[in-house]
Amino acid sequence: MTTSFLQTVLAIVHKDVRAELRSRELVGSMALFALLSILIFSFALELNRIAREEAVGGILWVTVAFASILGLNRSLAMERDQGNLDAMLLAPISRAAIFCGKLVGNLVFALVVGLLLLPLMTLLYNRPVLQPWLLAALLLGALGFSTVGTLLATMTVQTRARETLLPIVMLPVALPVLLSAVRLTTSVLAGGAQEDWLSWLQILAVVDVIYLVLCFVLFEHVIEE
Amino acid sequence: MTALPRTDAPLPAIETRPAPRRLTILTVVTILAIAFGLYMALGYAGTDVEQGNVQRIFYIHMPSFFGAFFAFGAAVIGGIQYLRTRQDKWDTLALAGIEVGLALSLVNLVTGMIWARPIWNTWWTWDPRLTSAAIMVLTYAAYLMLRNGIENPERQKRFAAVYGILAFSTVIITLVIIRIRPDTIHPAVIGPSPQNAQGTFELQATAGVGAALGINFIVWSILVPWTLVWHRVRLENFTQRINALKARLLDT
Amino acid sequence: MPQPSNLTSSSIIETRSLVKAFGLLPALRKLDLSIAKGEFVALLGPNGSGKSTLLRLLAGLSKPTSGTLTIGGWELPREAAAVRAQIGLVSHRPLLYETLTARENLRFFGRLYALPANTRETRITEGLERVGLAKRGDDLVRTYSRGMQQRLSIARTLLHDPHVLLLDEPYTGLDQDASLTLDGLLTEAHRDGHTVVMATHEMDRAVRLADRTLILARGSLVHDAPTAGMDALALAAIYTDITGMASAR
Repeated sequence: MTTSFLQTVLAIVHKDVRAELRSRELVGSMALFALLSILIFSFALELNRIAREEAVGGILWVTVAFASILGLNRSLAMERDQGNLDAMLLAPISRAAIFCGKLVGNLVFALVVGLLLLPLMTLLYNRPVLQPWLLAALLLGALGFSTVGTLLATMTVQTRARETLLPIVMLPVALPVLLSAVRLTTSVLAGGAQEDWLSWLQILAVVDVIYLVLCFVLFEHVIEE
Repeated sequence: MTALPRTDAPLPAIETRPAPRRLTILTVVTILAIAFGLYMALGYAGTDVEQGNVQRIFYIHMPSFFGAFFAFGAAVIGGIQYLRTRQDKWDTLALAGIEVGLALSLVNLVTGMIWARPIWNTWWTWDPRLTSAAIMVLTYAAYLMLRNGIENPERQKRFAAVYGILAFSTVIITLVIIRIRPDTIHPAVIGPSPQNAQGTFELQATAGVGAALGINFIVWSILVPWTLVWHRVRLENFTQRINALKARLLDT
Repeated sequence: MPQPSNLTSSSIIETRSLVKAFGLLPALRKLDLSIAKGEFVALLGPNGSGKSTLLRLLAGLSKPTSGTLTIGGWELPREAAAVRAQIGLVSHRPLLYETLTARENLRFFGRLYALPANTRETRITEGLERVGLAKRGDDLVRTYSRGMQQRLSIARTLLHDPHVLLLDEPYTGLDQDASLTLDGLLTEAHRDGHTVVMATHEMDRAVRLADRTLILARGSLVHDAPTAGMDALALAAIYTDITGMASAR
């Protein structure tokens, strides 16, 4: 009697994308924030060209992390404000499918912003940020942020402090993702040998898998009373 | 107005005597052990050849990190068990574990800073391990903030359990960061230190060092967190009982 | 429809010693209740008496602190998955997406209930017509008035044709016309054999629509009687007597 997992995930993703295509509030604010962020970093590090070029990896990932937080808050607030999470919980669907649906939606939005960032940073910071291995890094990094973020944002939108709490609880937990993604990006940009940085990609993938499993299991506990 | 039935919610059953005997014994043993540990660290163990007396702080610095590790670990167990059974006692254990872990990781940070002043010539440096230890402390501070931000008590416990489990990842990162960030200057405690580690934690062949470390490890990693968690759990039980009594009064 | 596993009587909803507490505050105190299949029950009581809490428990949205609750023989919340498709809830809040159109909202929920695409579309069109929103179906819900959102919310609840309808003050925010439409929908649902549990403050509606009236006060059931032969004034008198408060309307 339960609606199939895949069908549920697709329905939720379809709904989120449809709402986003109409309002463009979420990706719009994320992209604008990301653009401002890299410009501000660029100005802040203007005096020192070398520092700026070396900091590209860090700037990229800090920007992606904060932009994700912005999007996650909006995405889950949309489920909470009108009580829609209840409407989903009423339906004969698996709780884990709700998590996956929201996760895929959030990941898509984060990737859209990330894909905008890569060419922009290539232009503004004069480093070859747009390259295949870094696309893989972006995919895995954004997946890590979206995974912990979807779980934690579902929690924080149900608290008194709402939006302000998400960065505080999410950034430390996302640290393993941030750390390995920055190391990977920096070594790839520094032109290091593949065997040097491939392990970072592996660590990133392992961290993603651990978080996926954990959040998948824990999600049920943050939505049911 | 018709008389309405009163709530039959049971009061949390707890020990109301001054303190259970086993806890009293444990507390006394811990206090004595701290004194003995300090004697071992400050008097019995020989002075380090390279670093001099400042090295003695290590006898508390390292064990207190593992004390925090075990306390945070207890919080993970409490969290998992709470989610499975929904019994309040597990949430109390998790909360106690995190508060005690937080206190011990502050001991760890402060002793580390005192050690670093003469050895690295600075109180604080943005070294990966120091940074990740600081982030670990902040994560658990965020845990307390999240807890305070939720009014519904049942939801508060559930969310706290979930976050307590996830937050442990920062503890693991702090433990393993020396291996994955080779640029740290923090010496490794177990196994070879990174090449550019400055100052060492390797045990010199001075007399009594092993014994002093062993005793202090037992004191700060096991006895101190155990005693503190037990007291904290008891305190929380009292608080809950008071709240239950208050609710019962208001209800009539 | 799931076959009830151990249906003993004609009752579809059964609670035994049902307790729900928020922390130490009890919202429902040992509630024993049995509602027959096809019955229309009105749930009265002052604010904070536990009406919404009871409806949320029946909808499987929250878990009881103690006691048991079965719907169609299935125990909630353990076997909730088996009955979810049979339950519909109209809540205080509209439970709709403001950035989607009415039709898109219904389509989304239709997909969650696994309605086949062609049935879904006909149901959506019918539903919009029934609540009088056929012409506004492609407008964003954001542009709707409170009453229109409430009507759409009712269409959402009826979309999967649930056997048990739970309504939490559904008349709030509805104008005269919409209230009459809802009256019609509920009467129709009742006639078709659906079980309806409706929390409300309106005595006359309770008497007119329901078979049976329950009054909750401070989490306990203090009155339980059939409405047949009773008028709104008599019910209001009982209500005032029991709760010590003048009835809302």
